[in-house]
Amino acid sequence: MEDKQNNDMQKNSRRDALKGLIGLPLAGGVLWGAMTEARKRENARKEILEYLNINATRPEPIGDMSGDPIRVGIIGFGGRGSHLVRVLGFATKDWLDNAKKQEGQPQLKAFLDQENLNVKLTGVCDPFSIRTEQAAADFPDCKVYPSYEEMIASPDIDAVIIATPDHWHAPMAIAALEANKHVYVEKPMTHNVAETYALREAARKSKGVFQVGHQHRQTLSFITAQDVIKRGLLGHVNMVQTNTNRNSDTGAWQYNIHEKANPNTINWDQFLGNAPRVPFNKEHFFRWRKWWAYGSGLSGDLMSHDYDRVNCVLNMGMPKSIMATGGIYTHNDGREVPDVFNVCMEYPEFTTGSSREPGLEKGMTFMYSATLGNSYNRGTIFMGHDGTMELGNTLTIWADRNSTRYSDMLASGKMNADTPIYAYNPMSDQVDGVTSATSKYFADKGLLWTYRDGRRVDSAMLHMREWLSAIRNGTPVSCGIDEGFEEAMTAHMAGISWKAGRRVDWDPIREEIIALPGEDLDEILLATNVDDHLLATG
Amino acid sequence: MKYNKSQQFVLVLMRVLIGWHFLYEGLLKLLTPGWTAKRYLMGSEGFMDGFFTWLSSDSMIGLINFATIALLLIVGLTLMLGIFEKVGILAGVTLLTLFYLAQPSIPGFASEMAPSEGNYFIINKNLIEMAALLVLWHFPTSRYFGLSQFFNISKPAAMATK
Repeated sequence: MEDKQNNDMQKNSRRDALKGLIGLPLAGGVLWGAMTEARKRENARKEILEYLNINATRPEPIGDMSGDPIRVGIIGFGGRGSHLVRVLGFATKDWLDNAKKQEGQPQLKAFLDQENLNVKLTGVCDPFSIRTEQAAADFPDCKVYPSYEEMIASPDIDAVIIATPDHWHAPMAIAALEANKHVYVEKPMTHNVAETYALREAARKSKGVFQVGHQHRQTLSFITAQDVIKRGLLGHVNMVQTNTNRNSDTGAWQYNIHEKANPNTINWDQFLGNAPRVPFNKEHFFRWRKWWAYGSGLSGDLMSHDYDRVNCVLNMGMPKSIMATGGIYTHNDGREVPDVFNVCMEYPEFTTGSSREPGLEKGMTFMYSATLGNSYNRGTIFMGHDGTMELGNTLTIWADRNSTRYSDMLASGKMNADTPIYAYNPMSDQVDGVTSATSKYFADKGLLWTYRDGRRVDSAMLHMREWLSAIRNGTPVSCGIDEGFEEAMTAHMAGISWKAGRRVDWDPIREEIIALPGEDLDEILLATNVDDHLLATG
Repeated sequence: MKYNKSQQFVLVLMRVLIGWHFLYEGLLKLLTPGWTAKRYLMGSEGFMDGFFTWLSSDSMIGLINFATIALLLIVGLTLMLGIFEKVGILAGVTLLTLFYLAQPSIPGFASEMAPSEGNYFIINKNLIEMAALLVLWHFPTSRYFGLSQFFNISKPAAMATK
């Protein structure tokens, strides 16, 4: 009896042990499944990455910044001008106070973390005295110059930053270069065609270092994109699409008008410069981008960004022809410049290489499409026979389902057309606080900041650093006079096409926009009223 | 509490299936280089999106990644192996509640754009799996089927079915 009980208990405990261990083989099975799947995914990823072999290394900032400080003067101390001196290490007291009030103080931290570029801000010039008084109060070494000519002539100034309305860019840059001062000028480089040649001439003759403010050339995703194109990973790029989408007053250049603006605080004649004489007008002064006399509309203001964003990747240069359309459809508030604007630039001879039979693929259209009345984000897209690349602060590549180059990998299932074959996101471990719709627009385009050693860095700071290094060490600049010439001339062609209502062609031999008999292209470009111009020319 | 054989079977089956689901999720994340919950957290929608965005911040994301994987593995291992199952159930309920709150299937909150394999009105599969865990809390089985029985010598498992 007792034996039987013992036997039963033994049998039971064996059965219980088995029940106790029931989960172990199952857990082992799950582990095997997970390891197999993880290995499969990792192998596919590695195989694709090795095949693409894209170089996404992060370049170190080059050039020594030691030695005597470079003495910089700022001409135009508005929104952009104060940003540009901030990246040099000079923030106004008002800006610092605001940055301290921000939750988590991200902007203040970024400012304090900035590299010291060894610069002295020794001069400011601006027709609005409130701004110059602020600069003089907040920066002890900064002298107020009543005119840009006096600043350029001063022995206390080595270099100038020009952040004025567009119609002042070339006259100031030329004067500074002729005095062999170094120049950093905001985009668009010039306001009309004639100035573009004159500035190129001055830059070539000058000992001064010249840089145009297209800071996205410092953005890592763009440097990576250059490698993607160099390796021919998209095949023949036949179409590029860039866009502007904004739907706010600030986005449409309806900036605030300063409460202290009046004929006593603003030197109106100095603001006008070569622009047509009109009576004092606060709106013209603060919202100058809305008038052709001072600004360049969507073509010079925002297409110029997109043109150079694409030019720095493809290096495609001047288009053979441009057609522009659009109108004032969303902000009919007295402005002259269009707010919906579409530009097609033709490059019939351009190619990024081909994976198909020779002679089949050649030519590209670069399309820029803009509206200031809708903020749906349309990305920048490079479209090739073998793949599509979307480019902003991140970079994503999809293989085309009908690609020749990737046909084997697509057929074997290692690639599929719906999943990116490459995704570059330098900020994957960062959260970025973007404060307004307009700055979000610029950040998405890779125009605000980039990353170095995993840290967020203002791309304008790196661009400025490159310029200062060129001054100190003779290292190259990435957006010099030739890049600036192409950017400005393309913008002017687009403006002329819109104004004239026709296709505008480029003569690459003579380096000229082809004018019709009797046409004065700059007169067309700067015409205040399109209908008047069309009427005048019949 | 005594269960008959069918009750035992379905309860253990449910425990093992849920454990399997969590264990695989945890292991795959553990074995994927560079896996991060950041994108998921930043895509959070609903009345608690601020909280989840905060979890995705630089200072938190490292801890969150570690905790997510650790909790998934704990739920998976405890439920599959049948040991400390109540710890696992608690961890599982916590995770599923957070997953639900990050993307609640409540009209007006759920993203219309997010791809979905089904259609849900308030109740989704996360909530159902959480309810299943609550059932397991009240009907524990690891003393009968699982490693726990080796630590429960005073209560022989065989007694249960008698």
